[in-house]
Amino acid sequence: MSDVVERTLSALPGLLGQHDPGAGPGGGPGRFSATSRLGSLIRSITALSSKHEEEKLIQQEQTNLKATVSAPTTTLRLMKECMVRLIYCEMLGYESSFGYIHAIKLAQQGNLLEKRVGYLAVSLFLHENHELLLLLVNTVVKDLQSTNLVEVCMALTVVSQIFPREMIPAVLPLIEDKLQHSKEIIRRKAVQALYKFYLIAPNQVQHIHDKFRKALCDRDVGVMAASLHIYLQMIKKNASGYKDLTESFVTILKQVVGGKLPIDFNYHSVPAPWLQIQLLRILGLLGKDDPRTSELMYDVLDESLRRAEINHNITYAILFECVQTIYTICPKSDLLEKAAKCIGKFVLSPKINLKYLGLKALTYVIQQDPNLALQHQMTIIECLDHPDPIIKRETLELLYRITNGQNVTVIVQKMLDYLRQSKEEYTIINLTGKIAELTMNAVFSVGGDVMHPDIPNNFLRLLAEGFDDEKEDEQLRLYAVQSYLSLLEEEDTFYPQKFLQVMSWVLGEYSYLTNDGDPEIIITRLHRLLKQTFVTSETKAWIMTAITKMSSRMSCSKTVDKLIQEFSTSLDTCMRQYAFELKHLCENKELMKKLLPLDASCDEIMVDASLSFLDGFVAEGLRCGAAPYKPHHQRQEEKLSQEKGDMSSSGFTGRQSPAGLSLGSDMSGNSAEIGQKETNCLKLDGVRKLWGKEGYLPKKENKTGKEDKTQPVPPDSILMGHVVDPPLMQSEQQVVSLSEEEKEKKQLASTLFVGLGSNSSISLMGRADTINQKLKKKSKISETQNSEEASSFQNIATLPFSPLPDTAPNNKENFQGNEHLGLRKVSLSSSEVLEASVSFDTSQSLREAGLDEKLSNCRLSTSSLFADSNIEVFQPPKTVPDIVARKAPLSLCLPEELAGHPHSEIVELCSCDILTVYSCKVWTDDCSLLVLFVANNSTSPLKTVNLVFETTEHFKIFESLSCHFPVIEAQSMESCQKCVQLEKVCTEGILSGSISYHLDMDTHLEFSLIFSLSDFIRPMKITTEDFGRLWLSFSNDVKQNIKMSPSQGSLSIALNALKQKLKLHIVEIIGNEGIAACQLLPSIPCLLHCRTHARTLALWFRSSCSALPDSLLYQCQKMMEES
Amino acid sequence: MWQKYSSRLPASCNKQTISEPNRKMIKFFLMVNKQGQTRLSRYYEHVEIHKRTMLEAEVIKNCLSRSREQNEMAVYELIHNFVEVLDRYFSRVSELDVSFPVSPPIHLSFSIMFNLDRVHIILDEMVLNGCIVETNKNRILAPLFVLDKMAES
Repeated sequence: MSDVVERTLSALPGLLGQHDPGAGPGGGPGRFSATSRLGSLIRSITALSSKHEEEKLIQQEQTNLKATVSAPTTTLRLMKECMVRLIYCEMLGYESSFGYIHAIKLAQQGNLLEKRVGYLAVSLFLHENHELLLLLVNTVVKDLQSTNLVEVCMALTVVSQIFPREMIPAVLPLIEDKLQHSKEIIRRKAVQALYKFYLIAPNQVQHIHDKFRKALCDRDVGVMAASLHIYLQMIKKNASGYKDLTESFVTILKQVVGGKLPIDFNYHSVPAPWLQIQLLRILGLLGKDDPRTSELMYDVLDESLRRAEINHNITYAILFECVQTIYTICPKSDLLEKAAKCIGKFVLSPKINLKYLGLKALTYVIQQDPNLALQHQMTIIECLDHPDPIIKRETLELLYRITNGQNVTVIVQKMLDYLRQSKEEYTIINLTGKIAELTMNAVFSVGGDVMHPDIPNNFLRLLAEGFDDEKEDEQLRLYAVQSYLSLLEEEDTFYPQKFLQVMSWVLGEYSYLTNDGDPEIIITRLHRLLKQTFVTSETKAWIMTAITKMSSRMSCSKTVDKLIQEFSTSLDTCMRQYAFELKHLCENKELMKKLLPLDASCDEIMVDASLSFLDGFVAEGLRCGAAPYKPHHQRQEEKLSQEKGDMSSSGFTGRQSPAGLSLGSDMSGNSAEIGQKETNCLKLDGVRKLWGKEGYLPKKENKTGKEDKTQPVPPDSILMGHVVDPPLMQSEQQVVSLSEEEKEKKQLASTLFVGLGSNSSISLMGRADTINQKLKKKSKISETQNSEEASSFQNIATLPFSPLPDTAPNNKENFQGNEHLGLRKVSLSSSEVLEASVSFDTSQSLREAGLDEKLSNCRLSTSSLFADSNIEVFQPPKTVPDIVARKAPLSLCLPEELAGHPHSEIVELCSCDILTVYSCKVWTDDCSLLVLFVANNSTSPLKTVNLVFETTEHFKIFESLSCHFPVIEAQSMESCQKCVQLEKVCTEGILSGSISYHLDMDTHLEFSLIFSLSDFIRPMKITTEDFGRLWLSFSNDVKQNIKMSPSQGSLSIALNALKQKLKLHIVEIIGNEGIAACQLLPSIPCLLHCRTHARTLALWFRSSCSALPDSLLYQCQKMMEES
Repeated sequence: MWQKYSSRLPASCNKQTISEPNRKMIKFFLMVNKQGQTRLSRYYEHVEIHKRTMLEAEVIKNCLSRSREQNEMAVYELIHNFVEVLDRYFSRVSELDVSFPVSPPIHLSFSIMFNLDRVHIILDEMVLNGCIVETNKNRILAPLFVLDKMAES
């Protein structure tokens, strides 16, 4: 019979008449053959249409195989073939245990390929504790000692796959020997085997840790890489023990990244990517919370980021790992910046996998830096509507991480929407998908029983404590009750225990909110649950508590009576006790109502420790057969023994959890358990910080409405804006073109991300304002200013001599340059739009500072006129260096376009009979200009006047160090301007130069002038939020206490003085604390936090530049002394 | 099914069915064809045989359930690499069945199906104990080439 089947099967391929790949080119005989028995088996199974047919066929096959493998005549070659078929059967889910022993035999007796298949079958068939495995040990030992390397390899492979723990000593010495083998593959496999031993019996390889180190330093990459698996595990367990290896790992990674490996380790031209990932993971573990160790890896992480430039998935995988590592170890600002950029790239990518990776990275990073979410809030919102359900799910996960008291409603709502929309898909995905009809249950159903216990706690707490809006709370609760009720309507549906517990608590607590729901029905449903077998006794306790609570609100209930009767005789002592408690409570409704007040889950209840008032009750309870009091330790013991005994994990365990929730269970006089103080709100310990302080701050909120009101821009300003300032116009257009949808999204964003970004170290910075508000404010400002500018521009344009129209194009560049060069660096973690607005603001603030200078030096009425008409908003041309300015009137004055800026007095620099040089410093927003006037005092024209600056290490002069005037007419003046930049931070420096001219003979005049740090400092107008963000990202800081003179009085006076002298921007002052920000041109930010107490001013500078805080502090000190 | 999710990252594990979720990076390796039929399975943690089919069904349906701390892109590319190795070994393209999400599409179905043992041997060189132990194609294939050579002679 079996023969017939066999023959039929082998004939099948031919019958099926499909192409026969076995006939194609291939390796050795029989290789790739479809005519083999395995081939026929596969073909016939593929051809079948029903599971039933498959079962039948496999059964036949197995009968066949059974006969073949046990036949004594079966050759090893045939046996090998049988093994492969058995593997196939098992793969399809049909146990073929009859073949196991033959697999071991094959490994023992077969020649190479047969032996390998034997080992393979063993490793696939058996599990670690399978008794047959012991039979393999001898074979392994023999093969390990074989002279044939292929056999040694096989043995090592199988050892590293599966090996009985107790037999390790039998092979360990042999394997240790192999560590010195000349072939890399043997050494590598030996290390892999040791890794296996480390996993299953770490103690047994304790003594060979130094050999792991040797393997780590092996000359072969493969061996080294194999040892990394061991190290990853060991470092996971105990990072501090391997800190000394950090440098080794860094060096290895450097070599890998630097392309030092043999070329065949490349994968799509990326050197050993998985090795890189492994190393990055190890570095992350080592650098976590350890600044010193982290320090060692900054360079290589930076390099990894830099090198990963190829657009290939594997590069993204490396980048993802790199970003994770960067955010795991002690932060370094510029790395964080790069990592954040990288995440941004991912998140914004249209590629679905990349986007997913980005969201995942963001989810991870958000725990360290919630602000990053703000940056990508619009993308996140878009992802919520992404067609791919995984992207959506990941987004929800992300939102879940940023949930706080203020945005929870919106987020829960979003989850709800998601589940509603994706209902169908979800049912496909998840067998228990029905649960997902519920909103907040999303979390529970997805996570089920494996989720962290504080998640349901959080949820219940949220539900119980509610938000600020009582009505909203009620709706949410009502919704929960209704949804749970509809869930329970379906009989025999399996739900995770935690979910059931949550359901029963909610129903018990809030079912009174439903008008339509007859409590009787609810109790019936809960009662039905009690009888389900899948409900654990812990859950039953929750359910009982819920029923107790509900019955307190009803006069009488048949179901409750029935239930009491039923469980009074229950074998489960706990249930029995509950039943009794319930019974007694039902008999005394008065007491019951008092005990179980409506919606009082949040009220703290002080409990009389002695519970004297309950004495009577206890007595009564005892009389009626309730469990007598047992001391705590005794109960504990019982509990333990019960758990051990694996009895249906009796009541006491069950009672612990709901104990915190309701008083029902605490009624029976177990006073010791309750302790002195019992609250019947939820247990809060272990609850995530998610619901921390900020979460419950009064709502600040969300003025998004205003956003929508952004006024339409006056038409003329649009027109003019077109001419004047493209960048501004862009932002304008953005505002204008905000479609309804976008507005909605923005609004959503503000509600979702509210309360974020308020976590900073300084109390002052903790003020939560949504970025959106700022954004909106800014865009308004820019709008109005834009129109102002436009009009002022118009004015200017009408002036016949005005040079301004010419400079308009320069302005454009200037603005863009400003935006790109400077502030992008400054506002490291704010959105681009914000950047633009910040950059805009600086110009404003400078004006502010400029006004403080009172423009006292403006001598010409024209310039002050311009100043009044807002000309300074017009960015000064970036010097247009080396362009000799137009002829100025003989009296000294600045070119018009500069006059509006704050500037120093025009002073004489050097002079002789023939010529005088005057200088004036102009502090524009983005540079310090030095304007030099060369006056020809003589009556004849001066020819070839050359002005040259000396090079210094401190300053840099754009564009060249010299200035050339071909001719200066008699009694007239020429000017030139140079942009000076501070090259090396110092408090003061001298810039010297000389001027030469030719009149009859060559004359040479020298001059020098002093620049101080404050010449290069500009206010940086940022918000408190940005400040906080930047503050955290800067590593260089300096603190100093300065004595204040009585005249300096309060903090605001002192700060204002600093503001004027140092051109700081005061971000905010609260009480005796203040924060200010400035930047060193072109764009190095420096932040100041100061606090006054008892006549001292505590100054605290932070910057991304190391020298800047020191120098600024010095300036401050000097200034304070002077004033 | 596979094709439906082919542009997505692979499923990596289902925590409910496997204990000690943190220990292994890779918990199982499955190859499934478009019809949802298993073409190769290798478990790095013991799962009872009757549970395996359930798990596999779940995974195929899920293709979505991914664990938190996994770098899916790396796993995705590992599979890619595996396919490239298989391709190099069988160095022959056949038309039917398993199509992998790679470009240009490689169809290895028959080779894989009829050489289950060899595919396993290749996989064993690449992944052991849930760890990626070798990704260098030459090194992965070297032992198998030796075996084939010996078998021929």
